[in-house]
Amino acid sequence: MPTTDEIKQRIESAIPDASAEVEDWTGGGDHFRATVVSPAFAGLSRIQQHKLVMDVFAGEIGGSIHAFSVKTKTP
Amino acid sequence: MSEQQTENPLRDAIAEAIRDNQVILFMKGTPEMPACGFSMRTVQALQATGAPFAAVDILPDPRIRQELSALSNWPTIPQLFVNGELVGGCDIVTEMYESGELHEALGVEAPAAAGPGPGETADAGSAPLGIENRLS
Repeated sequence: MPTTDEIKQRIESAIPDASAEVEDWTGGGDHFRATVVSPAFAGLSRIQQHKLVMDVFAGEIGGSIHAFSVKTKTP
Repeated sequence: MSEQQTENPLRDAIAEAIRDNQVILFMKGTPEMPACGFSMRTVQALQATGAPFAAVDILPDPRIRQELSALSNWPTIPQLFVNGELVGGCDIVTEMYESGELHEALGVEAPAAAGPGPGETADAGSAPLGIENRLS
């Protein structure tokens, strides 16, 4: 089961200059909410921005991560 | 969506439904009885715009979700498609509702200030599709 710190680190190392805030939504370790700020989102549609974040966890969302809520911003 | 035929009738049926419905939501449960909070919030946002939409319950057959996610390259449910394009899931739809972009995307007039809580259950004239029936 991934922790919020692990998820934060994985997002920050996968997306250029990203800073992420991750919370465990339910306290159960499988519903996470992440707010990610990165210049890499500039010029991308919302769906493309979210895909960048989702792709970090490809295969895990729907599996060990039951729900993953994302909010993306540019700095 | 591509027009190409595959050896996969379920995937073809999903692609066809996406192509044939200007606004289509793949969700857990039905608009009347959503089976998941994320699907419920998405339905409420859509209904609050007053725009008609089609809805497909992905729960009756796990293959619907598999094929949908393979087609859309998006892992979670719900998934909203407008004019054949994936718009997003609950987060994106909710954000777009709050900013008024959802109204714009659906071609309906945005209210002066869309409140953050879509609670109105307007009759959106949703037409649930019986995808599973076409496959039996």
